[in-house]
Amino acid sequence: MVSDNVPQDVGRAPRSQQRQTVAPPQNLESLGARVLCTIDGKEVRVPVGTTILAAARELGIRIPTLCNHDDLCVAGVCRVCVVEVEGQRTLQAACAYPVTQPTKVWTHTRKVRQARRHIIDLLLADHYGECYACSRNNNCELQSLAKEYGVDFFRFGHPEKPRYEIDRSSHSVVRDMNKCVLCRRCIRTCIDLQEVGVLEAIHRGHDTKVATFLDKPLAQVVCINCGQCINRCPTGALRANDPTDDVWAAIDDPTKHVVMQTAPSPRAAIGECFGQPAGKAFTFELNTALRHCGFDKVFDTNFTADLTIIEEGTELIIRLYKALVQKDKSVALPQFTSCSPGWVKYIEHFYPQYLPNVSSAKSPQQMFGALIKTYYAKLQGIDPKNIVSVALMPCSAKKFECNRPEMCDSGYKDVDYGLTTRELGKMISEAGIDLPAMPKSDFDDVFGTATGSGVIFGATGGVMESALRCVIELVTGKKVENFYEHAEILPVRGFEGVRYVEIPITAVGPVPDLVKHLVPDWNWLKGATLKVGVCHGTANAKKVMEDIKAGGKFSECHFIEFMACPGGCLGGGGQPIPTTPAIRAARAKAIYSEDRAYTVRKSHENPVIQHIYKEFLTDGPCGHVSHKLLHTHYTARGKYIP
Amino acid sequence: MLHTEPERLTQEIRSLGERFGKDRAALIPTLQEIQRRYRGISPLAMQIVADMLDIHPVEVDSVVSFYSFLDAKPKGRYVIRLCRTISCDMQGKERVARQLENDLGITFGQTTADGNFTLEWANCLGMCDQGPALLINEKVYTRVTPEAVHGILEECRQAFGLHALQAEQEHAA
Repeated sequence: MVSDNVPQDVGRAPRSQQRQTVAPPQNLESLGARVLCTIDGKEVRVPVGTTILAAARELGIRIPTLCNHDDLCVAGVCRVCVVEVEGQRTLQAACAYPVTQPTKVWTHTRKVRQARRHIIDLLLADHYGECYACSRNNNCELQSLAKEYGVDFFRFGHPEKPRYEIDRSSHSVVRDMNKCVLCRRCIRTCIDLQEVGVLEAIHRGHDTKVATFLDKPLAQVVCINCGQCINRCPTGALRANDPTDDVWAAIDDPTKHVVMQTAPSPRAAIGECFGQPAGKAFTFELNTALRHCGFDKVFDTNFTADLTIIEEGTELIIRLYKALVQKDKSVALPQFTSCSPGWVKYIEHFYPQYLPNVSSAKSPQQMFGALIKTYYAKLQGIDPKNIVSVALMPCSAKKFECNRPEMCDSGYKDVDYGLTTRELGKMISEAGIDLPAMPKSDFDDVFGTATGSGVIFGATGGVMESALRCVIELVTGKKVENFYEHAEILPVRGFEGVRYVEIPITAVGPVPDLVKHLVPDWNWLKGATLKVGVCHGTANAKKVMEDIKAGGKFSECHFIEFMACPGGCLGGGGQPIPTTPAIRAARAKAIYSEDRAYTVRKSHENPVIQHIYKEFLTDGPCGHVSHKLLHTHYTARGKYIP
Repeated sequence: MLHTEPERLTQEIRSLGERFGKDRAALIPTLQEIQRRYRGISPLAMQIVADMLDIHPVEVDSVVSFYSFLDAKPKGRYVIRLCRTISCDMQGKERVARQLENDLGITFGQTTADGNFTLEWANCLGMCDQGPALLINEKVYTRVTPEAVHGILEECRQAFGLHALQAEQEHAA
């Protein structure tokens, strides 16, 4: 069902700089002969064009790198990976040297070692700051290189004064250019990987600096706060805006009732902050740890993920009914998801004319915030002004989202603080807790029950899969398991950048109570084909948007899931550093296996959701109350910077 | 038809697109032409160019800030670039520099209040055998002496005066 006819690649990096990967074994014949590469006396035959670095990795030989990143195109600017190549007068950068003929390489001769040491010394000569006062202490690539090469004094000096002011204008990202070593990973992330284009190098030579357009504060440019640059920065030059001091202050204040909601992606990744391998979720250990830290209640964001599915799904049904049955031309289709705050800001800047297509449903974080300060406050008899609502998210854009002025529908700031996985990891360590050793405990029971549908929100395609599980059952009246084994809708899964899936609706059932007030019957959907799209990373979102603009096949879709970060939330900008394609795949595995462990795996079957529609949101999904609390509006920002 | 300034600029830059093409490779010639016409590339112009070439404004900014002959802030009508490299230095560029500063009443890196002259350093104009050398817009002057500076500046002023007079006459006609 997956179509291979995805829009053409519009990446802007010149061909020579595009990501170079070793082709998988089955394609080797088409690439022609392999060439012999001898590294430190060990021989390996690699396809023509393989870099020395990739060949060395195949041999298990470590060459240190700094500017190189598995997600990004080749830059070859830091020179840390220099090696000696027979026949070459000068040292060559292993990351940017393609092997095209039999090549002999030495990776740690005296000349190489000396050059690398000098390069590291030179990087340090321009790197202001003290390691122990840095957010990346002990997780810094420059620091590890200095250690590896035994730097014990500053051969070329060390800056005593900062050169630049720290840019704290953004709610999400803090830029301290004094720590920047000009590796240009953030530039390649912003321009090539995400195609947002906020950061570039300006000026020349020693004056070179990574900057925004006209060196404006980050809050004034088109930054979408995705934080992918933070995740790729080798030093502490880019970091998230850290509110942990405020959260501790709230915990220490006896008058405050501090409530935490945790999202599935950070739970699948936080173990990495405690030395655990990627791909193991610590959901229930985390609950205990959070209570030890002093949080009064711990809830599962999955609950509002389920709620999001109901609201967004209902909105889709309303839109489809209006467009197909009532022939209302003003209805905007396809409907776009609104869970990813990075994507929302992206469309506000770059495609504001398509804002009517974005679902008005809030993201799970903000829905939970609104419910905690209304429904939960009333239920527990707590004054909402004494509730401090904290969200654990894999995301730096969530910090911006919770500070949006329109996100105060409960009468208070719906979510007070957004914490990233890294920041909570730090808080837990600060409390002296060894997370993996914690006993397991469940969520607090007001919103306790969640479904597997909410868990998979963390992976790309997850929102779509949850929505489909729900829609298929509501419309056909049959179990999803009849159509897909284990209710796992595999076509929408995977890491392909853009996916397109068609789902034929062969039979319809009776209209369930939940949406009875909206549509009289399902006959209008009988024989129809539901067309959906999934994409992750804003570069892929751009491809889909351009296709829609050109009237391509995505313009005929009904529902499209957009995620700003590569891999979805599990690859978010607030996740532990490093994040690589392999680590993303491991986290996805953890998320999908957690989904399998749930007994209830469809949002509409969640008993608490059913309860809340009976008790609190009495006029049903997309009704009056839910519109007030669970839906929002967007701002057309445009991309021109005054 | 009445146009707002952004509309007029957009139209003008789009017509440059017809001339130089609309891909990345057209960036430098387009910017050079805007620089020639406006003596600088405004933030708005950068964004219009970026839009037309389907690149990001910050990439245009990056190119403009990289090259000495492209400027974000408009320069004087006559940009005087005096060579400061070793050959010209040995042949007395320092005295020429003082004379220029004296005559114009500005220091290097500044523009005169009337917007006529900008004074800048250049790193080697390739006229090492005929130093001291300076460049005024696209014209090279060699073996410049402090005594010659006054005449050179006067030449510029006259050329501009003539130009202004012509424009005025055209306007009147």
